[in-house]
Amino acid sequence: MARYILKRLLAVIPTLLGVAVLIFLLLRVVPGDVVEARYLGQGSQYVSQDLMDIERKKLGLDQPLWKQFTSWMGGLARLDFGVSMWTGSPITEEIKLRFTLSLQLALMASTIATLLAIPLGILAAFKQDTWVDYAVRVFSIAGLAMPSFWLGSLMILAMLIVFKWVPPMVFTPLWVNPWDNLAQLIWPALAVGYRYCAVGTRMMRSTMLEVLREDYIRTARAKGLWTKLILTRHALKNAILPVLTVISTEFAFLLGGLVVTEQVFNLNGLGMLFVEGISHRDYTMIQALVLLVATFFLTVNFVVDIAYGWIDPRIRYG
Amino acid sequence: MAAAPQTIEELTHAAEPRAGWLYAIAKFVRQRPLGAVGAAIILLTSVLALTAGWIAPYDPLANDYGAMLSAPSAAHWLGTDAFGRDVLTRIIYGSRTALTVGLGASLIGATLGSLIGVTSAYFGGRVDLIVQRVMDVFFAFPVIILALAVVAILGTGAGNVILAIATPMVPRCARVVRSSALSVREMPYVDAARASGFGHGRIILRHMLPNVMAPILIMGTAFLGEAILLEASLSFLGLGVQEPTAAWGLMLRGAAVEFAESAPWMALFPGLAISLAVFGFNLFGDSLRDALDPRLRTQ
Repeated sequence: MARYILKRLLAVIPTLLGVAVLIFLLLRVVPGDVVEARYLGQGSQYVSQDLMDIERKKLGLDQPLWKQFTSWMGGLARLDFGVSMWTGSPITEEIKLRFTLSLQLALMASTIATLLAIPLGILAAFKQDTWVDYAVRVFSIAGLAMPSFWLGSLMILAMLIVFKWVPPMVFTPLWVNPWDNLAQLIWPALAVGYRYCAVGTRMMRSTMLEVLREDYIRTARAKGLWTKLILTRHALKNAILPVLTVISTEFAFLLGGLVVTEQVFNLNGLGMLFVEGISHRDYTMIQALVLLVATFFLTVNFVVDIAYGWIDPRIRYG
Repeated sequence: MAAAPQTIEELTHAAEPRAGWLYAIAKFVRQRPLGAVGAAIILLTSVLALTAGWIAPYDPLANDYGAMLSAPSAAHWLGTDAFGRDVLTRIIYGSRTALTVGLGASLIGATLGSLIGVTSAYFGGRVDLIVQRVMDVFFAFPVIILALAVVAILGTGAGNVILAIATPMVPRCARVVRSSALSVREMPYVDAARASGFGHGRIILRHMLPNVMAPILIMGTAFLGEAILLEASLSFLGLGVQEPTAAWGLMLRGAAVEFAESAPWMALFPGLAISLAVFGFNLFGDSLRDALDPRLRTQ
């Protein structure tokens, strides 16, 4: 087991390095950089080339690529993301400011999704091809179909028209005022959670359908076991693993993937930071965020992998 | 219960009822009602996209400053936007953008992904290992982030958006197709082809690829809906299809939010169009998967 964990941990390193190299090179392939974005973006077409060169030198953009890369890597080794090329403030600080919001939103959405997805999926599988099953399937396929930014806009619109009230637009941390915090974040969490729940429900339904066809379920039924017990004790345990994977994968992606929803609800989270980074061509910021999201994703995957063995003792690690 | 067919003639007639295709449609509707609903929605969207020039009541790009933000009425069924453009017309034309981007991205993504997947499975060993590691790198990005990164590199516009949306699909398709292709590779006919001295390319394209068509088809249809949704998201962020092209996500951007209270039809109808189209593709894709995947087939 310890060997397996070590092996998996070591396998993460080349993937992360690949992500780092890929994003580093891709960013620099594109014409235009942060200096151009700053000066030409302001409409001043006639900034002298010298001034731009001086700016580039300050940011280290005049260095050869391999030098830029090694200095970035050197910083990372000391857990230093460097400074934003656009604002000049340390990236660690910028991320820290927004991380709580994004993490809380991701956790809330996951909780909503999990609590809905598992019972709905079981119900649909158990009542396969009845109206209950159709209703759950339509509910979940609709969840996949509705863009979360549209659902979000509709929520705001409905609250505005019906209650003449909009959720607060300024972020309050949970520990400062839990009420204000929840009043703001519950809506985006619901908008995102619906789609997320749909993914989970579908997975739960299909794995449950497979398990319900197994012989041991028939045996359990034949000996007269209570249906509820068969579903929760016998079937669920064997059907939950792929659902767990889907839910955790979605969770890992939520941290950086809320780009559009944050835009609708005007939330200053990591997604917003990413979009700003792209429009400013802020290399260091984009690199840091991409690496952060990838690390988070790989960590969650790793934890799920280890959890598999604990949930299903049949799985042996080689 | 009809009597069992006795003669050859009766047998052929039983296999081919007179109203063949009508019967087939009726059977499909009865057996997979949800899939039929999906197919109907897809058909409707495609007809709208193909006939947009004839059925749309207005010019999608024509500004009418006399009728800015007017509410739904007999003249403008779904109202007008901030430039006085007819919302219904733009939704009809928007179906063109959605279908073009969706089909284009799925086609490119599925083709590239399955080629990579089959090749990786066929060669195995070191090639497979390297390809899988590279795919792992792509898997570490959230779909929307990867698409945004590609847009940041290539720029906006419909063509680039197709490539941006196809990119996250490639590794997903490659992984699924690879796992199917691994078992195909062990088939005796692949050995036979090798023994006959066929080249790698021919074996991959002519012998293996046709035998993993089912998962490719499933992935392709499943991705269609997601691609339309992604296009809408990118356009909504302003990083997808650009004004003045009619695109559903674009219609929800900016003014739609600004005027949400005074002109809610601007925010309502394009979103409805996106949801309905994606809903149709997902329903259809689901039924297709059920039909092609024998493990989940219902009795």
